[in-house]
Amino acid sequence: MESLSNKRKEVNNKPLNFLERAYLPAIGQGLLITMKHFWKKPVTIAYPEEKREFSENFRGMHSLKRDENGKERCTACGLCALSCPAEAITMTAAERQPGEENLYREEKYAAVYEINMLRCIFCGLCEEACPKEAIYLDGDIVPSDYLRKDFIYGKDKLVEAPLNQ
Amino acid sequence: MKVTIDGISVEVPDGTSILNAARIIGGDVVPPAMCYYSKLAGSGGKCRTCLVKVSKGSEKDPRPMPKLVASCRTNVMDGMEVQNLTSPEVIEARKGVVEMLLINHPLDCPVCDQAGECHLQDLGFEHGAVKTRYEFDRRTFNKIDIGDKIQLHMTRCILCYRCVYTADQITDHRIHGILNRGDHSEISTYIQAAVDNDFSGNVIDVCPVGALTDKTFRFKNRVWFTKPVDAHRDCDHEKCNGKVTLWYKGEDVIRVTARKDVYGEVEEFICNTCRFDKKKTADWVIEGPRKISHHSVISSNHYETLKPLPVVKTNPVLQEANKTQFERETRL
Repeated sequence: MESLSNKRKEVNNKPLNFLERAYLPAIGQGLLITMKHFWKKPVTIAYPEEKREFSENFRGMHSLKRDENGKERCTACGLCALSCPAEAITMTAAERQPGEENLYREEKYAAVYEINMLRCIFCGLCEEACPKEAIYLDGDIVPSDYLRKDFIYGKDKLVEAPLNQ
Repeated sequence: MKVTIDGISVEVPDGTSILNAARIIGGDVVPPAMCYYSKLAGSGGKCRTCLVKVSKGSEKDPRPMPKLVASCRTNVMDGMEVQNLTSPEVIEARKGVVEMLLINHPLDCPVCDQAGECHLQDLGFEHGAVKTRYEFDRRTFNKIDIGDKIQLHMTRCILCYRCVYTADQITDHRIHGILNRGDHSEISTYIQAAVDNDFSGNVIDVCPVGALTDKTFRFKNRVWFTKPVDAHRDCDHEKCNGKVTLWYKGEDVIRVTARKDVYGEVEEFICNTCRFDKKKTADWVIEGPRKISHHSVISSNHYETLKPLPVVKTNPVLQEANKTQFERETRL
């Protein structure tokens, strides 16, 4: 049959000659190939010390944003949880008390806001649904852990650091 | 009386309004109504969302009416022909009305407890423009406590007068009303007196927007995360028959409302004891899940698989295997 790629190799079961049986030249050849790679640029990186550049539309860990005055933007409207196809988001709302105006932007805020990172599929629908521009998937890759309960991220991990820090 | 609405003819008794004739037909030809309430005499004519075009006045006088008319306040004539959705003029006018209603509306739907069952939200979604052309500051009010159970957000009010009619007709005496006039008019109690009456809670149900909300439900949860269930109890108040909808979140009843029909109007008014004080499942006889239109956001993530599949019905082994699941699903 005519070969399509012209890469067909005829093989035969000819017995090896003395040099081939000695294996030493073959080992030397192999070592030479290995040595050649010492001078080449490595294709891998030492993650996590070194990180590759993410693409612009990479979706990583969620962060709950603050506005220009450092107030939390989230008002616990529940649209992110409604849009979430994996049902990963839960929240409990609370009413802002007098004196907390510097903490929360609207009269209602999320007292508890939890995302189950094992459920989350990083589709970005919560980001799209948010009417207050409060949630963005602009973080890093979610780190690994040992226990399932440690993947339920609360406000301590999700909310952006305050402005003065 | 024969009346034709959007090409659909219907026979109605004398003295029926165009809106009610359209409701007899049902479906998409029914004009939206923000202020008209079939259970409250004298309501209607305030919001102008139900505007329709009368293209033929009657059999005797076939001239069209010169202007669009409010269908809740115009009675039908024999042989009248009405255009609602088929008239671009009506759609355009309704869009203008929605823009007008939204001029002073704060658009705080993410905060508002009415979101998800708000008629103004539906209306804005269907007819509203994306942007407002209003350049001035919206009117602002502080929120007012009407008693310890009802919260009034005057900023959200569209002045439909429904709650005023409710207080006049359902309760013994009215304490709240409209103060001032024109752009300054506001719902208020005189010097913020508490509305204290056995049926005062019904103003929450009749409010088409989030102006009057239940304080016991305030910020508890979003409506679309709760599961509505029909229930009744033996209410000892002579005017209340105790037929309600319970709104469950998990095991807890977080809100009790009257049962609302397809037009968002309550079927029967309920007393404050049923509404505010009976929030345990043990107080109620559960009838079954409330049917919610699949167009409503409230129906999202509700799985109504109470009936076992046909294959399970005939197989006792499968029935035994799915026993716990059926118990879990049929509990509410």
